[in-house]
Amino acid sequence: MADYDIPTLKEEIDRETVDQVLALDVDKYKYGFETLIESDVAPPGLNEDIVRLISAKKDEPEWMLEWRLEAFRRWQTMDEPTWAKVHYPKIDFQAISYYAAPKAFKGPKSLDEVDPELLKTYAKLGIPLKEQAILAGVEGAGEPTGTPFSGNVAVDAVFDSVSVVTTFRAELAKQGIIFCSISEAIREHPELVKQYLGSVVPVTDNYYATLNSAVFTDGSFVFIPKGVRCPMELSTYFRINEKNTGQFERTLIIAEDDTYVSYLEGCTAPTRDENQLHAAVVELVALDNAEIKYSTVQNWYPGDKDGKGGIYNFVTKRGDCRGTNSKISWTQVETGSAITWKYPSCILRGDGSRGEFYSIAISNGYQQVDSGTKMIHLGKNTSSRIISKGIAAGLSDNTYRGQVSAHARAKNARNFTQCDSLLIGDKCGAHTVPYIESRNGTAVFEHEATTSKISDDQLFYCQARGLNEEEAVALIVNGFVRDVLQHLPMEFMVETQKLISISLEGSVG
Amino acid sequence: MTTPVLEIRNLHARIEEREILKGVNLVIPPGEVHAIMGRNGSGKSTLSYVLAGREDYEVTEGEILLNGENILEMEPDERAAAGLFLAFQYPIEIPGVSTMTFLKAAMNAQRKARGESELSTPDFMRAVKEAGAQLKVDSDMLKRPLNVGFSGGEKKRAEIMQMALLKPSLAVLDETDSGLDIDALQVVSKGVNALRDGKRSMLVITHYQRLLNHIVPDVVHVFADGRIVESGDKDLALKLEAEGYANYGGEAA
Ligand SMILES: Nc1ncnc2c1ncn2[C@@H]1O[C@H](COP(=O)(O)OP(=O)(O)OP(=O)(O)O)[C@@H](O)[C@H]1O
Ligand SMILES: [Mg+2]
Repeated sequence: MADYDIPTLKEEIDRETVDQVLALDVDKYKYGFETLIESDVAPPGLNEDIVRLISAKKDEPEWMLEWRLEAFRRWQTMDEPTWAKVHYPKIDFQAISYYAAPKAFKGPKSLDEVDPELLKTYAKLGIPLKEQAILAGVEGAGEPTGTPFSGNVAVDAVFDSVSVVTTFRAELAKQGIIFCSISEAIREHPELVKQYLGSVVPVTDNYYATLNSAVFTDGSFVFIPKGVRCPMELSTYFRINEKNTGQFERTLIIAEDDTYVSYLEGCTAPTRDENQLHAAVVELVALDNAEIKYSTVQNWYPGDKDGKGGIYNFVTKRGDCRGTNSKISWTQVETGSAITWKYPSCILRGDGSRGEFYSIAISNGYQQVDSGTKMIHLGKNTSSRIISKGIAAGLSDNTYRGQVSAHARAKNARNFTQCDSLLIGDKCGAHTVPYIESRNGTAVFEHEATTSKISDDQLFYCQARGLNEEEAVALIVNGFVRDVLQHLPMEFMVETQKLISISLEGSVG
Repeated sequence: MTTPVLEIRNLHARIEEREILKGVNLVIPPGEVHAIMGRNGSGKSTLSYVLAGREDYEVTEGEILLNGENILEMEPDERAAAGLFLAFQYPIEIPGVSTMTFLKAAMNAQRKARGESELSTPDFMRAVKEAGAQLKVDSDMLKRPLNVGFSGGEKKRAEIMQMALLKPSLAVLDETDSGLDIDALQVVSKGVNALRDGKRSMLVITHYQRLLNHIVPDVVHVFADGRIVESGDKDLALKLEAEGYANYGGEAA
C-alpha cells in the first residue's frame, strides 16, 4: 500500500512556492487571526492561520505549533490517496470548519427535540435516558458519567474537539498512570509527547495522517509506567457534535516495559445530512514485555437509506511493538460510517513481538468499507494473527485489504490470516485483497479465505423456531463473527451483539 | 365438537413445477398422536415443510388450519409462534451460535411474537436444565454451536429438547427415530411421551414400527404418492412392517 510518500522533485518545487505564498498569507490574515481567537467556531477553511488558531486555543507551546505548521505545509504538497475501493465526491477541505469549542454547541433543548430515529437506536442499545440526553447533545444534560458500556471503565470523553470529561484519574495517578486529553499532555508532559508523538505515524505518513497532524484538536493520551498493570479498562467516547466540523482526534498510548493496558474506543454520531470528515490518528508504543489491547466499536452515522450523508472515516491507526516480546492487539467492530478507510497495523520491531488484528466489518445500505491491517515483521521470532469477518448487505461494498511482510532480519516470522466474508442478498460485494511479501526464507505465512452466503436452509430453520427473518439473520451473523467477538472486553460484547442486529436492519425482505 | 389442532383439507403443493402433494386430507384432534408411514420419496417431508411454511413450495390448492386458524398466509416464524413445531429430518447447523443461545433466542422470539415478556435468565436456566436432564443433553453440548459436529443422535435429541422448551400445540416429528441407537430411542421417546398432555397433538413421520411401540399412536396413516391412502389404528403399522408398501401401488424406491 502506498502509505509512505517519497517526495518527488515536483513536490519539492511546489512546496517552495507554497511556502512563499503562505509567508504572505500570514501577514495578510493577521487581523483575521485576532478576531478568530474570540470565536468558538472557526470559519470554514484551512490555512496557516487556522492551524495557529487551533494551537493558540489549546495554549500550546511553540514547538507544537511548529510541528503542526510543518505538517500543514507538507500536506499541501500531497494528494488524496485513490487506491482504496471506495468512491465519494471530492472533499472540499476549504468548506470544513476545523475548530469548535464545546460551549458553542447549539444542542436541542430536551429529548423531545431529538431525532426520534436516533433515540430509537439508543434505546435498542440499552443506553439509559440520562445518557441518551447527553449523547444527543441536549443542552444542560450534563456530562457523561461513563460510557454506555458500563463496568469498571475510566472515560475520557471527546466531545467534538475539546476533551470535556476525565474521570478516575486520581485513582490511576496513584499508580503513575497518566490518562488525559492529548492537549493536556502537550502542556503537562511535553517531554513524553515530544519523544513519542509522530514516532509511530510520522507526520508525513499519508494524506489524512498529515492533515490530522496539522489540525488535530483533541484525543487521548495514556502513559503506563514501567511494571504497572492498568487496573481498569480505559475508554474514550467519541462523538461528533458540531455540524460540518471535521473531527481530527489524536491518540497516543505509551506502554513502558512490563506493562499491560486495555483501551476501549466507542463511537456514536447523531444523524447528519452532510458528509462529515473524520480523520483520526492513533499511535501505540509497546516497550519490552508490554501489552496493549486496543478495542474499537465504530458506529458513526452511515448515511440514510438512499446513501445520503454519513461520515467519511479515514483513520490511521498503528502500533509499534518496539520492545522485545511486546504485544499489540487491535480488535475492531466497524458498523457505521458511509466510508471506512482504516488499517490498524502493527510494526513488529522487537524480537519475539506479537501483533493481532481481530475485525468485524459490517456494511449495509450504501456503505463502503475498505479495511484491514498491516503486519510488518522486522524482528526475529515475531508472530501475527489476523481474523477478519466482513459482512456485506444491501448495496454495500466490503473490502478486506491486508498486508503481511517479513523483512530480511525477521527470522522465523509467523503469520496466520483468516479472512471470511458473508454476503446477505445479491446486490452487495465482498472483496479480499491480501498482499504477502517475504524477504526471509524462514518466514511462514498462512492465509485462509472464505466467502459464503446465509443459506436458505439456515434461515428457514431459524424461522421455524420462531425468529423472524431479521432476527434470524442477526443470530446467524453473530455466530459468524463469534471468533472475533470473544476478543472484545466484556463491556463491549453484549452491546456489540445488539449493534450488529441494528446495523443489519432492513438487510432482508 | 372441539376444534381439531390440525386440519388439512385437500392440500396440493408443488416445487419447481413438480406436484408432490396431491390432495392431502388429515384431521388431528387435541391430544392425539398420528403416525405417517410411507415409502421414500412419497412426500412426507414435503408435507412437513409445507406445514412449517417453507418458501420453496407453492401451495396450489387446499387449506391448513391450526387450531381453527388458516396458517397458509403466515410466515414460518408466525406459525411457530402460533404453536407449530417441526423436528427436522436433517437438522441444520448454525455455526458460532451456541445451542444455549439459540434456545434462548427462539423462546424469546416466540414470546415476543405472542406479546409476552422476555424470559428471565434464572427461569430460562431452570427450564433448560430440566429439559436437558430428561433428554440427556449435557451442558457441554449446550455450549457447542447448534448441530455443528453433533452426531446424528445428538442432533435428534437437540430437536426434541427444543420441542420440550417451546411447548407447541402441534409437533411434527420427521423421522426423529432414524439414526438413534436403542438407548437414545428410549430417551427420545420418553421425552416425547412426557409432552403428551391430552391437549398437545403430534404428527410422527417414521419408517419403523419399532418407534410406535414407544410412542403409541392413536391413528396410523399410509402415505403414498402425495396423499394419505389408508388410515387405521396402531396395528396398521404392524401390517405395513410385515407386508411393505406393495399394496399401495407404484414401484419401491
Ligand atoms: N427441490 C426439489 N426439486 C424437485 N423435487 C424435489 C425437491 N425436493 C423434494 N423433491 C422431490 O419430492 C419428492 C418427495 O420428497 P420428500 O422429501 O417429501 O419425501 P419423503 O417421503 O420425506 O422421503 P424419505 O422417506 O426418503 O424422507 C421426492 O421425489 C423428491 O425428490
Ligand atoms: Mg423425508
